[in-house]
Parts: sequence; C-alpha cells; structure tokens
Amino acid sequence: MTRAAPYRFPHRHLLGIEGLNRLDAEAILTRAEKYVAVSRRTEKKESVLRGRTQINLFFEASTRTQSSFEIAGKRLGADVMNMSVTTSSVAKGETLLDTAATLNAMRPDLLVVRHGASGAANLLAQKVGCAVVNAGDGAHEHPTQALLDALSLTRRLGSLEGVTVAIVGDIRHSRVARSNVILLQLLGARVRLAGPATLLPLGAGDWGATVFDALEPALEGADVVMMLRLQLERMHGAFVPSMREYFRFWGLDSAKLARAKPNALIMHPGPMNRGVEIASNVADDPERSLITDQVEMGVAVRMAVLDILAENAPPPVTNA
Amino acid sequence: MTTRTLIANARVVDPARGRESEGWLLLDGDTIADLGDGPAPDVDGADVVDAAGRVVCPGLIDLRVNAGEPGAEHKETLATASAAAAAGGVTSVVVTPETKPTIDDPALIDFLMRRARDTAAVRVHPAAALTKGLAGTEIAEIGLLRDAGAVMFSNGPRPLADAGLMRRALLYARGLGALVAVRPEDAALAGRGVAHEGDYAARLGLEGVPVLAERVQIERDAAIAADAGARLLFDQVSSAAGLAALARAKADGAPVSASVSAFHLALNDLDVGDYRTYARLSPPLRAEHDRDALIHALKDGLVDVVVSAHDPQPPEDKRLPFAEATPGGVGLETLLSVLLGLVHDERMSLAEALRPATVAPAELLGLPQGRLAKGAPADVILVDAGAPWVCKSEDLRSLSKNTPFDERRLQGRALKTWVAGRVVFDRAAVGR
Repeated sequence: MTRAAPYRFPHRHLLGIEGLNRLDAEAILTRAEKYVAVSRRTEKKESVLRGRTQINLFFEASTRTQSSFEIAGKRLGADVMNMSVTTSSVAKGETLLDTAATLNAMRPDLLVVRHGASGAANLLAQKVGCAVVNAGDGAHEHPTQALLDALSLTRRLGSLEGVTVAIVGDIRHSRVARSNVILLQLLGARVRLAGPATLLPLGAGDWGATVFDALEPALEGADVVMMLRLQLERMHGAFVPSMREYFRFWGLDSAKLARAKPNALIMHPGPMNRGVEIASNVADDPERSLITDQVEMGVAVRMAVLDILAENAPPPVTNA
Repeated sequence: MTTRTLIANARVVDPARGRESEGWLLLDGDTIADLGDGPAPDVDGADVVDAAGRVVCPGLIDLRVNAGEPGAEHKETLATASAAAAAGGVTSVVVTPETKPTIDDPALIDFLMRRARDTAAVRVHPAAALTKGLAGTEIAEIGLLRDAGAVMFSNGPRPLADAGLMRRALLYARGLGALVAVRPEDAALAGRGVAHEGDYAARLGLEGVPVLAERVQIERDAAIAADAGARLLFDQVSSAAGLAALARAKADGAPVSASVSAFHLALNDLDVGDYRTYARLSPPLRAEHDRDALIHALKDGLVDVVVSAHDPQPPEDKRLPFAEATPGGVGLETLLSVLLGLVHDERMSLAEALRPATVAPAELLGLPQGRLAKGAPADVILVDAGAPWVCKSEDLRSLSKNTPFDERRLQGRALKTWVAGRVVFDRAAVGR
C-alpha cells in the first residue's frame, strides 16, 4: 500500500471558509484532533511555533475568542501579544491600514484580527507580509468558529454526511452563520436557516441552505440545533419587538426542541443570552449540549490553524 | 481674426437629428459656421483637420460632476476636473453644489464661474442647492441663484425627507422655470446599506440598499412633481424597479426625466469583488438584470440622460474597509468609452448612445450646445470609436484616481476636443 503525500494546505491566510475546499477543511480538522490530545495532557506545551510572533489585533472587544487564540499560540510556543484597538489608536484617527503597517514593521509571523467591518481581514491581508487569520469581520465570516463547530460535531457524530443542522436566530448579522453554512455543506451536512424574516438576509435562499421563517418546521427532524446569539450590539434598528417575544417564538426550550430528533445536539457560539435565545436547562443539558465542547475545540482548531499557516509562512528574512 | 477649422473626411454624427453621414464641419470662431455631406469644400485660410473617416460629434454634456471646488481641492479642482473632461470628450460639465461651503448663495455661483473662467478648459455650469446648506429644511434662493448662473437645483446625494417641503420647493421652482434634480433614494429604506441588497452583498456581510428605496422615492416625488406641475430630474436611477416606477409616472404624464450613471450601464454588483472600494458607489452597483434594464430604458428614451457621476475621492477615503469607505468614482475620462461600449455591444446606434450625453441634457438645461447645426456653439469632438485601451487609474487626469474601471479594457476615446472653437485637448500632442 502506498502512502499518499501529506496534503499541503495551499493558502497563506485564513480569511474565510469561502475559498477552502473539502481537503483544506479536513486538513485543519485532522490537525486539530491531534491538538485536542495535546491540550488534554498535563504538559500542554509544544514548540512548533517557537520563535514565532503572533499578534492578536482586536478592534472589537472579545473575551473568549481572543483568549482562545492566545492560549492556542502559547501552547504552540509562540510569543503572543494582544492588542485591543477599540479605544487607543482609532480614537486618535489612525486607520486600520496605519495600524497594520505599524504592526507589520514589528515583523509578526501571524496576525489574528477581529474587526467590526466586513472585509477588514481581506484588506489587511493585502497589506501585510505575514499570515492573517480572520477572527471575525463584521457580518462576513468567522472561519475558526465554523471549524470548531465542525470539529465538535464530527467528534460526536463521526461524520457530517447527511446530518441536518438547523441554524437559528439572527442570521442576517451573523458571521458565524455565514461561515457555518459554507463549511457544514462542504462536509456533507444539510443546513437549514431559520429566523424572523427581519433577521434573514435577502438572498440566503441562494446559499444552498433551506430557509425557514418559523422555528418549529426548521427543527422538525433536525440532528443538530445551532442557536445564534441575538447580537444586540448590531441591532441598529428594531428588528424584533422585545426580548420576551423573541424568546416566546424563537428561544429554544425543551418543548420546541422536542420537534427535533430525540437526541438532537445543541450548540451555541457564545456568549449566550439565557432566556433570550436559549433556555438554561437546554443549554446546560449534559447529554445533548455541545456548548462547552465548542470552547475546548476552539483552542485545538486555532492551534491547528496557526500551525498550518506558520508552515506556509515564508522563512524569516535575514538582513545581510 | 478668428480661427477657422475645417474638419474634413468625417463620419459626422448628430444625435439631435439621429443622423450619421460622411461629411465635413467648419468651425469659425466659437460657432459651427457650416457643415455638409461629402467632400469638404475649399475654405480659404482654414486649418484643415483630416478626420480620416473617424467620428465627429458634439462634445459631451455631463450633468453630474463633483469638481472639489470650493473646499475639497485635495480631491479635485476645476482645473483638474476640466482637464479630465477635455480628455474624455466632455465639453460642458454641471458641477454639483455638494461642496464646502455648499453652493447655496449667489456669491458662490459667481465665485465658481470666475474660477472656471480662469482655470477650466471646458464650460462649467454650476448647479445650486435646492435647500440651504443641502439641509432639507429651507428652500434656497432659487431665483437669485438662477440669475447668478445656476442651471439646475439639486439636493445633492439626498432626497428631501419632508414631502411638504418638496412640494413647496417644486411649486416655487415652477414659477421660475427652474429645473430641480433629486436623488431617488428613501433614506429610511436605504438605512445603513453600502451595497446592492442581494445574494452577493449578503455573502460579503455588507448591508444592502434595497431597490425598493429607489422605487418608493420615485413614486413619491413623481406624484409631487405632477401635482406641482414642475419639472423634476431623477438623478441616477439604478434599478429595474426604479425604472418601472419611472415608466408609470411618465405614462401618467408627470413632468419627470431621469439620468443614469455610466458606471451603472457598464458594471454590476459583482464588480465589488473582494471588497473593492473603488466600486463602492451611491446608488450602489446593481444586479445584472438592473444593468440590462437601464440599457433598454436608455434606448427606449425612458431614461433621458447619462452622467459620469464623477466623484473624486482620495486614497485616505478609499483605503478603508468597504463600509467605511466614501462612495464615489471618477468618471469623466470613461463616460465616452462606456457610451461607445453600448454601440460595440450592438445595444444601440452611435446617435442613440450619444444623444443622452449631448442634446438630451442640453434640452433639459436649455443650452444651445449638444448638436451639430449652423450657428451652434463649436463644442465638438473627434473620436476614435474603436480604439482599445486599458484604463489605468494612475494615468487619469483627475487629482483622485478612484475609478471603478481600473485595469479594465475599454474601447473608444476622444482624440481631439474643441470648446468654443478652440482645441482644449489633442491626444496626438500629449501622447496618452
């Protein structure tokens, strides 16, 4: 039996799931499996990123994603620096590209960026010399979230082939939904999107998913229910009348969950609004909720992404 | 002594008569002295230009140019905008009142006209603000502004939110015979949109501007114009839904007309590509079926005018995430190529393509330009209609280089431009 050559991830950056093929995604997930094991050891430190500099550039406040990337980089031996730009430079009128040029001059190997504007990571990637990881750009993509969701599911279900996943809530403003729609379908899942019509983007019907504007039919027979955070900070208009009305019609509770398959799994990218989009007893169901798995898989997936992109990064330039 | 120029061997295209013939044109001083078919007569003392069978037609009249002055001279000036115009075969520009300060005072019209006289290569006609400061709350001094030289009154990029004020402004303008132009885009429906609402913008995570925003505003303002009996120009209709509303209004006899930008005739929402901010325009580039409908409407005469929508923006306003970038594109040097592209694509005849940027805007404004006739102003261009070229932003004459056509292949350019009988651009002499 001949062994196939190891698959070489062909991208310099991870800006989105769009543009990845199935092999690319599986390469990341396979690598991540290894880092799940590493993360469960007492000795968690690896050295593949020793000598590498990773900058986490966050223009939007984020506790969990930023710390997940930080832990991932540190476990791989990178020097990790966190920069929150929500207040300092932007207030002084510095633009995204100015900040990028400044950081680029410090010669990082990996730049993890989160920004409130769609396309910000793409713009940065055009202007810096290092690998860029999109940690969420506006309502566009959040690729590592989708990858960690896929990893959580494949570890539980084996394969996503033919699995029905209902993604519920604020699809319109959700980068998590966009990345997941692409990745889950790439891995063979059937995706349903459900939300009040004001929170469904026009054109979602062309994404390959089935779109529902009522919750119960979307849950009917689903294997997985992924609830999205009702992103209050992006609600510039009145998209829903009230929190209690939202919970009544769109919040996942045991009664509504009964429409899904008996052992349907429950996911949420966090942070949760308990009592708004999800009832506590559902979120905390130890048998069915994958929510804490998602957090654990987040570190492993980000380790895999950083590792794979660092392999593709050009060797350090030596100034003669 | 006045100069006389005889343009011989020309393919003379007069969009006013829809006529095209092999012939000649004699410019005497600032007017067209004579023209005819067949071989040119001998004219004593005239400079002879051999058109070698190329197109000679009226210079283009562009109803929507942002020239930067006053207040944004780092983006564009009347001198740089008019250089771009001359190279683009545009001989008259109407400059928008969206300046700092807003053109809402007769003294500012006077300032603009004197600046233009001193620095501009082409004719410059100021448009004035319909409301003071473009704030949409008080009607500007339409009569005094008109007497100072304003040819049109617009509220810039926004319609008047207040329908009552819109009605009074139109009633007032009617009494003075003034032409009012408004952007048909309902602000509440447009919301924070930055791209055409549809599948592509949704994928990119960009807020969409629904075509409904255009349709609703056209329906409202056409009804008000009909009620007031006042002429109203819809500035840059972009969608099939907007065109349908326009067609209904025209069929009902509303005294409305409409323009479309050359960008929207040549590009669609997919040209946004990977968040290209040079393709961030307002109204946004629409879907392909909208673009197709605009071309049909142009041919049918439902849309009256094509504008460049020239809007210079420097890198600091464009090198930003898409939603944060300022909308707008420079268009003076690509307007003619877009019109010729419609001919090359066999969508319409040359006269049909030129009409909405020559005689049609001239008729709207009551200008004598835009036609080839004895005694008409000698604003004429010589065009190589088939010349292929690649639009490179750094080669543009505008101070700002934000063209959505960057790196695109276009066909057809002006070779020589006369304004009032004087050569203001000669491609052979400048070499590009």
